[in-house]
Amino acid sequence: MFLVVLAALWGLWEGYRWLWIHEGWTWPFVVDDTTMPHLYDIFAALWGSASPGGVGPRLITVLGKGALFTAKEAAAGFALGAIVGFTLGVLLAQFRLLQRGLLPWVVASQTVPILVVAPMVVVWANPKLPSGLKDWGAVALIAAYLTFFPVTVNTIRGLQSADRRALELMRSYAAGNWRILWKLRFPAALPYIFAALKIGATASVVGALIGELPSSIPNGLGAQIINFSQYYSTEPRGLWATNVVAAALGISFFLVIVLVEKLVVRRAPENLV
Amino acid sequence: MSVVEISGLTKQFGETTALQRIELEIAEREFVSLIGPSGCGKSTLLRIVGDLIEPTSGTVTVNGKPARQARTDRDYGIVFQDPVLYDWRTVAKNVALPLEMARWSRQRRNERVQKMLELVELQGFENHRPWQLSGGMQQRVSIARALSFDPSLLLMDEPFGALDEMTRERLNMELLSIWDASGSTIVFVTHSIAEAVFLSTRVVVMSPRPGRVSEVIPIDLPQPRTATTREEPRFFELVTRVREALHLGHDLDRPAPAAKEATA
Repeated sequence: MFLVVLAALWGLWEGYRWLWIHEGWTWPFVVDDTTMPHLYDIFAALWGSASPGGVGPRLITVLGKGALFTAKEAAAGFALGAIVGFTLGVLLAQFRLLQRGLLPWVVASQTVPILVVAPMVVVWANPKLPSGLKDWGAVALIAAYLTFFPVTVNTIRGLQSADRRALELMRSYAAGNWRILWKLRFPAALPYIFAALKIGATASVVGALIGELPSSIPNGLGAQIINFSQYYSTEPRGLWATNVVAAALGISFFLVIVLVEKLVVRRAPENLV
Repeated sequence: MSVVEISGLTKQFGETTALQRIELEIAEREFVSLIGPSGCGKSTLLRIVGDLIEPTSGTVTVNGKPARQARTDRDYGIVFQDPVLYDWRTVAKNVALPLEMARWSRQRRNERVQKMLELVELQGFENHRPWQLSGGMQQRVSIARALSFDPSLLLMDEPFGALDEMTRERLNMELLSIWDASGSTIVFVTHSIAEAVFLSTRVVVMSPRPGRVSEVIPIDLPQPRTATTREEPRFFELVTRVREALHLGHDLDRPAPAAKEATA
């Protein structure tokens, strides 16, 4: 089924391209090799040279290295965001007063445009980071900023999703709050938490890319995006290829979470989110 | 000594009186059913005995202690209409849950779980997940869990209400043999007159608005009850008795509600 959809999307792209060029339609935009290159051209470009002159390493090698670097930032940011998000979620779920006071601010934190926050974080955090974390550590913070929010919100929701009678049972066993949390609320919340981790995993990659833009780190995919967007009018395939690699990175992050969920969460089929 | 002593118990939910001046004593080894129409407060009464909710006034003692103390001493096990099993735990781990809370050692837990699963005839299902079992089997797991730590009092809130008639009658028999083997006292909430009469040593008939005890009927059918108990003339007499008591409680209620609900 996955392959069928893939083939259908490919066909849609090429079909649209052919139709618009053939009919000479210009709305919503003119279709040519610059706006919509052939998909096989984009993939072919991955195996070609990275620089327009035709010398130097293959594009896929350059982008692969960039992707690994960005993956490191995103993974660190994701881990940090997931831990902070979960801890915050547990605290807010356990202490209602804290939830009433803090949750609006947690929400507010996400209404601030990340493009505005990213350069600030780089400027503030970078001077204070130890040399091993310099630059990429700041980017990881931005990735964490995008990750923690869905994890916090879903952790709260998940911890509160425990069945009322299951809670009464725990009460009848004279179980304390923290044991109820660990033995009942936490397992009940896992499907919710994993739903958030899936969102967070893809968001952390986006966060890392956005974080790279103002920090002028040359090693990641973000630098390649800036680089290739400058050459877009003459060599569009480079940006499209970068796009493909970035998407592949996001998808692999997502798939890792799906795999871990399969190993960890053991719920009745109808209770999986 | 009585296991449960309820005196002057009243429960208000806002303006509504869910229970009014309930007086009830339950002796050791009794099997007492609470029966009545919806809204008569029978489940509320059970929850108050279990200290899951608090009464507005009046006292409840369990084993001579306040209900709260009895709860923290783990004096009672509880079974709801739904089995409420944890679907991330295996059958064996579900039964072991209260034992974990009581900090039993792993070995002691395993031994007890085996014994409980034998009692409810579920040997061989230790490693199944709850959702792989039928409704009747799930409810048996839930009963095994409630009895696992040997509580002196078992509180059951319509435990067989969601099951079909056949399964229900079989589980009725099983419950009686468990009651016999475990030596515990049982308070049992039900909608079914026949079930109440068949199982109980006493049936407490309740009526609604406000929830109160309208009659307590001793069930003098010989012990142990068997499959033929349901066919004895005395069984039918008692079923009729309980039914009449239910209707009486209901009819007394008739003229009043209009006025009462207007003020509520």
